[in-house]
Amino acid sequence: MTHEATSSPTMLATGRPSDPKMPPPRRFALLRLVVRNTGASMALAYLLVLLALALAAPWIAPHSPTVQDPAAVLAPMSAEHWLGTDDLGRDVFSRLIHGAPLTLAASFLAVGVATVIGLPLGLLAGFLGGWFDEAISRVIDTLLSFPAIVLAIGVTGALGVGLTNSMIAVGLVFAPTLARLVRGQTLIVRRELYVDAARCFGAGRTRLILRHILPNAVQPVIVQMTLLLAAALLAEASLSFLGLGVQPPQPSWGAMLARAYQYMEIAPEQMYAPGIAILLTALAFNTLGEALRVALDPTLRHR
Amino acid sequence: MSTRSTLRLVLRRLVQMAPVVVLATFVVFALVQLIPGDIAITLAGEGVSEQRIAEIRRLYGLDRPFLLQYAHWLGDAVQGNLSVSLLSGEAVVESISRRLPNTLLIVSLALLISMVVGIPLGIAASVRPGSRLDGFVSVLGSLGIALPGFWLAMLLVAVFAMKLNWFPATGAKSLTEAPLSALHYATLPAIALAASGIAEVARQSRSALLEVMSSQYVRTLHAKGLPQRLVFWKHGLKNVSVTLLTVFGLLVNRMLGATVVIEAVFAIPGMGSLIVNAATGKDYPVVQGVMLTMVVIVIGLNLLIDILYTLFDPRVDAR
Amino acid sequence: MTHLTRPAVAQAAVADAAEDLLVVKDLSIHFRTHAGEIQATDRISLRVRPGERVGIVGESGCGKTITGLSLLGLLPPHSTRVTGRALFEGRDLLPMTRTERRSICGPGIGMIFQEPMSALDPVFTVGEQIAETLRNHRGISRREARERTIEALAGVGIPLPARRYDEYPHSLSGGMRQRVMIAMALICEPKLLIADEPTTALDVTIQAQILELLLERSTSTGTALLFITHDLGVVAEICTRMVTMYAGQVVEDTAVEAAFGQPRHPYTAGLLQSLPHLNRRGQPLSWIPGRVPRPGQMPQGCRFQSRCLYAVRDCNAPQALRELAGGLVRCHRGDELQLAPAIGPTPALHAE
Repeated sequence: MTHEATSSPTMLATGRPSDPKMPPPRRFALLRLVVRNTGASMALAYLLVLLALALAAPWIAPHSPTVQDPAAVLAPMSAEHWLGTDDLGRDVFSRLIHGAPLTLAASFLAVGVATVIGLPLGLLAGFLGGWFDEAISRVIDTLLSFPAIVLAIGVTGALGVGLTNSMIAVGLVFAPTLARLVRGQTLIVRRELYVDAARCFGAGRTRLILRHILPNAVQPVIVQMTLLLAAALLAEASLSFLGLGVQPPQPSWGAMLARAYQYMEIAPEQMYAPGIAILLTALAFNTLGEALRVALDPTLRHR
Repeated sequence: MSTRSTLRLVLRRLVQMAPVVVLATFVVFALVQLIPGDIAITLAGEGVSEQRIAEIRRLYGLDRPFLLQYAHWLGDAVQGNLSVSLLSGEAVVESISRRLPNTLLIVSLALLISMVVGIPLGIAASVRPGSRLDGFVSVLGSLGIALPGFWLAMLLVAVFAMKLNWFPATGAKSLTEAPLSALHYATLPAIALAASGIAEVARQSRSALLEVMSSQYVRTLHAKGLPQRLVFWKHGLKNVSVTLLTVFGLLVNRMLGATVVIEAVFAIPGMGSLIVNAATGKDYPVVQGVMLTMVVIVIGLNLLIDILYTLFDPRVDAR
Repeated sequence: MTHLTRPAVAQAAVADAAEDLLVVKDLSIHFRTHAGEIQATDRISLRVRPGERVGIVGESGCGKTITGLSLLGLLPPHSTRVTGRALFEGRDLLPMTRTERRSICGPGIGMIFQEPMSALDPVFTVGEQIAETLRNHRGISRREARERTIEALAGVGIPLPARRYDEYPHSLSGGMRQRVMIAMALICEPKLLIADEPTTALDVTIQAQILELLLERSTSTGTALLFITHDLGVVAEICTRMVTMYAGQVVEDTAVEAAFGQPRHPYTAGLLQSLPHLNRRGQPLSWIPGRVPRPGQMPQGCRFQSRCLYAVRDCNAPQALRELAGGLVRCHRGDELQLAPAIGPTPALHAE
């Protein structure tokens, strides 16, 4: 999970067109930049398809993901069961499809929690400075000293196992990363615009700063959030694999892998589908995130 | 650098890290506060009498003010007493000292593999940017980061343990008792762990090298008529050593976490399985013990890396 | 920028019969960009005699820096194409392989750059960086290299050189770092020193010191100097010949006194006129209107035409360098124009 705060404040402007420092808003410019990159457009397409599948899961899946069929246990691929059945006779393909909304929702929950906690704290730390900044920075340093999964497991253990709790734990674990990033950006942007704002406008400084700093500081955060989605996905898969996340009989890709592993000797092909799903989705988020980073940082664009 | 200034640096860094360490212990301790409901009731379990709950409350000092509890716990911890497991009754320190070596073995091995494979890959890619090798390395990089480590572990077991029978699928051996056997057992887990490490190291060393080799001082070196190998191996590598140290620190942190999952795949009796079982079984002293150990290891290693920084890069201010 | 108040210092002793040290003939630099190939400089020609001090002046982007870099093969090989010839002691530098060039970089030609902080390796001591050059080219022992380096540091006016040897670039001041660079470039006793804007990033007082140092080194060791700068005042201080570049071409090439006393090209005159001077306090600064044409959009005729006060119809034709009064000018009106000299005392008037 690498993250470098970019140092160039803005190409995406939310300022008024008359503001001399910012170009007029270009709404789809960002999208166009991303789509120009073939890897990113493929990733975006994949994610959209996945989202569609996830939303339509109850109607698309051929079988129920939870109904067990003792007669057809660990069956190989067939016309009826496209990816075979698991050790309880459940259709793997349906479980895979039903796992999509769960997995995606889990990732978004984790990143959402991280943002809700990390963004305001980072913003305030960078803006207020002083002892508040010192304190927050120390806390961030401390939390980042824990190996992420260990901290997540610890928090999950305290909150109680389950998908929601474990994703809240993951969000708590990611929050310091976001906070630090936002703080850094705020420091930079504050230094750049503060002087101009103080010089040109006198009144409503705070408002202006909040309306100008926040949009400018937020861009690398969007990149980071996308990358964190990939990390959250992998975290959910790991935690569910360990039994700390999703609880049976709910299908999560990680949990499916856990079961598949138990019966690996008899039916090793069970391992492929969920693993590939995780890999592709994480890859898609990562590719998108990297493309966004390049698109948002003009210095990187013409390399 | 003289030993005296090194000592002063170490002292200074220790002082700087003290608040972080203290905060870390506080976080570990305060974790228990997240438990919904009354802690004493949770610890006591189902269907116990009020009296028993009160007893537990007194036993664990839960009736005392929070900070006092913390001080008491911290005092115990510093003396090496991390309480006992709620499930097994074994002293937490015992469990940890039994399992830590297994974890450390695979993590160390994985770190070694990551650096030994990652750095040459990064160098090779940087020497010929845009080439096929470079493209290969960056694809590898993207894959390594998106690949679920435990899935790779499962695949490795399926192929190398089950099918080919080259490596054992589960378990671990003590390094001190049977070193070769221990390494044999640790190989597959270490490889699974190292996958993302190799990707990260290769990526970072490649970009750091590219940046250095296109810098102005390298231009000066060429203007001085130095041969390329001197420019690269003497100047280039020394300038990227700081980046490599940073990556190393990052990997330590990440691998100590990822090892938890890998250990589950290989059924290794290490820190990972310890904390997972404890978390599922609400064995809080054990959870706290493991977390404390891990964070101390990470902070300690970061301290070491900080000191090494100053050795490699004179610009790092020993402030 | 230094004012033209200091008298010009002694001119370099030039042996008339000496072979030219450096002969650049029709050196053109082309860049490969995503928009195709762009020609950055157009057939640059100049010559430097042993011990001579030649200044190349021009504004940013005229191509003077890349010309200097091309001589030592320091332009990125994949995106640059260099044509023409650059003969150093009779050998053409441009087609040389890296190995061949290595024997020249250092002992034959030394180079110093504009930003000494970025030009020095931050993780090695300054002494080591100088000594390694010596060890690499002369094959001497570490101890001897160290001794000679300390001598060299003293030679460029660095106090306590033995102590400075073990210091890192970031703990030295800008002026000191530039002295270190000079020591490093001169340690192998090259015949030619190329200086690319060495004083631009320094304070004015330090500038003066560095210039004095360069002048002293050049005269005492007989090292020729190719001084690339946009600062005419600096050229007046230490150079004997001045080559003016504009938009990738050489437009004038004369002795410094002639250039300052009677410039032949309108651009040179314009540059000289635009130097601020104490005698003209209270009067508006003069400047050259217009802008430099962009590399891909060079006009066929005179490139300075759009900004020239003396342009006539004939200026539409491509202008070639002509010999005039002991120098070269790229202007067909060179002999008929009476261009104003530089304001204030010129080097010629003060050479006492």
